[in-house]
Amino acid sequence: MTTQELLADDPVWLILIKVVGIFAFLVVMTLFMINWERKVVARMQHRPGPNRVGPNGWLQSLADGLKLAFKEDIRPVLADKWVFFLAPVISCIPAFLAFSVIPLGGEVTMFGEQTALQLVDLPVGVLVVLACSSVGVYGIVLSGWASGSPYPLLGALRSAAQVISYEIAMGLSIIAVVMYSHSLSTAEIVKAQESGWFAWLLFPSFLIYVISMVGETNRAPFDLPEAESELVGGFHTEYSSLKFALFFLAEYVNMVTVSALATTLFLGGWRAPWPLSAIGDGVLNTGWWPLLWFVAKTLFFLFLFIWLRGTLPRLRYDQFMRLGWKALVPGSLIWIVLVSTVRAWKTEGGFTTQQLLIVFGVVVGILLLVSVLLPDKKQVDENAVPLAGSGYPVPPLDLRVPKAVPKKSVKAAKLPKEKAAVTTGKEAGDGDV
Amino acid sequence: MSALLLALQPEVTERAADVVTTGEAIAFWILGPLALAGALGMLFAKNAVHSALWLVLTMLSLGVLYMVQQAPFLGFVQIIVYTGAIMMLFLFVLMLVGRDSSDSVVEVLRGQRLAAAVLGVGFAGLVVGSLARALTEVQPVGLAEQNTAGGGNVANIGTSLFTDWLFPFELTSALLITAAVGAMILAFSDRHGKSGKKTQKQLVEERFQGKRVGSLPGPGVFATANSVATPALLPDGSVAPESLNELIEATAKEQLADDVAEVAGTAHEADAHALKGSES
Repeated sequence: MTTQELLADDPVWLILIKVVGIFAFLVVMTLFMINWERKVVARMQHRPGPNRVGPNGWLQSLADGLKLAFKEDIRPVLADKWVFFLAPVISCIPAFLAFSVIPLGGEVTMFGEQTALQLVDLPVGVLVVLACSSVGVYGIVLSGWASGSPYPLLGALRSAAQVISYEIAMGLSIIAVVMYSHSLSTAEIVKAQESGWFAWLLFPSFLIYVISMVGETNRAPFDLPEAESELVGGFHTEYSSLKFALFFLAEYVNMVTVSALATTLFLGGWRAPWPLSAIGDGVLNTGWWPLLWFVAKTLFFLFLFIWLRGTLPRLRYDQFMRLGWKALVPGSLIWIVLVSTVRAWKTEGGFTTQQLLIVFGVVVGILLLVSVLLPDKKQVDENAVPLAGSGYPVPPLDLRVPKAVPKKSVKAAKLPKEKAAVTTGKEAGDGDV
Repeated sequence: MSALLLALQPEVTERAADVVTTGEAIAFWILGPLALAGALGMLFAKNAVHSALWLVLTMLSLGVLYMVQQAPFLGFVQIIVYTGAIMMLFLFVLMLVGRDSSDSVVEVLRGQRLAAAVLGVGFAGLVVGSLARALTEVQPVGLAEQNTAGGGNVANIGTSLFTDWLFPFELTSALLITAAVGAMILAFSDRHGKSGKKTQKQLVEERFQGKRVGSLPGPGVFATANSVATPALLPDGSVAPESLNELIEATAKEQLADDVAEVAGTAHEADAHALKGSES
């Protein structure tokens, strides 16, 4: 029975339970993630991080969230009333919606009902995530425009350009996965990875997806839409209170969603990792166990987000666009052509994997040989100084030696009287305190 | 939304072609008026960005309508391509133009309105004609068979695109590429030419080799004034010429005499001993 058929006869109450469960999962993950991020980045920077509220400071983000909700809601005079209100809502809803197609686990029994740990399995599941992220950009763009001030507008323009360019790279990186799994449905993609993760088989796709997912969620080092040092707060400069909280929530939920999609597409989804999957004839792939593996893999990607933020400086805008359009997009196009050629050969000509690997090895070997034989490019240092035979720098021919400065006779400083010296000393002491 | 969709079409395979289920009817009567409202809103909204947003509503409603009518791929592609990319570009341009710019009512192309009216009526005639034909002569077969046989909806669309409709498909892509190349030629500027745009790296190097590495001195160095018109003063009390703005008339230096004197320490200072009265 496929997941789609399994989910089709879910009663309404079960769907509601799943909806509430996913919502709660995402909100809790957001609260956890903010705290985790602050703690990990703090650890990387040799400082303690939040440690006051709750056990070990783990309730800090809850307290912050509550405080944020009760702050004064300010709307700038120049803001466009309705769009200003609508923007955070638009950015938040698709973020939650995208998670509905992510398979959290396999077949389970919930309250006597046989079902799968997934809200819905559409035949076009992966496209749902892409569609949601493309609608989510509206929230950012509209918030920037509606604020009626220059910094948010700049942030919004950057964000629009950024998300559109990186969505192309993201879409292209998914194509190879779809070619191998023969389906756009997320559950089918997980099923296709039973024998091996796509992260190994399609490593370039995986790499491109991981880079573009960071760009897609506006996270460091690609956080140009909200670059603090350039744009104050970027698109959400003018937002406060609950509306700002919604943007915050949307950003973190988006991170969880793209991480979950990365897990699903490349790391075998809810399937147990290799040594564990062999235990007891795959007993760890049944029941509620998959949820554990899924969350663990998602947390791995979330840690990657934090790690990147703690490590890399923000890219300049032109560097960022160059990376997207000149490296990621052509790279994935070439990779797709390679993958489809190999697949076509395999189906038409009956090549075995061994033959393919031999051909691949020979090609790589030839490339390596050629790269070794290529002469090194001579680097000319423009600022190099000609050296004498002994190794000392030769002075330039037009060197002008400055005239010697006439020496001034230094007058002996007048020593103040004893009494005055005491008072100045006292004053200086006062100044220090 | 997606859960709702699946709930709306419980038995995809068994549904007859010409029967409208309750769920489909409900979805239509919600989405239809929404799409219509979006279209009308686009026409009558005063602000260009609001117009674009109304159009987005229409496109989203259409996308969901496609999904309800058993074409999930078409529906999501509608959302990704039209709502996500094309309308986003529209918004992008509108935002660059500025929020307060309004349409010009001057007719630039002669006879443009007449041509628009003729073409509009012609297009309406075509739409009505094809709609009438679809409602009377064509027998609907439904998508149930296509969605289940031979790999399902997506696979069948792919097959027909790359076999029966390959030529029109490639023709469309050639059209799009032509447009993209045309735009690139229009926007192209030779970086190596004389008037070429400098790269950010070149600009930085130029700046470091120029006279001034840092930023220009800020105006208003005194607490008494921080306006752009207040020039910055050098340590000897003279005006720093770089701080003068070309466009704004600077404050006359004489007006700053007191500040200068205060900084230089030559001003009349209140004597703390004065409170004690005259020394007796």
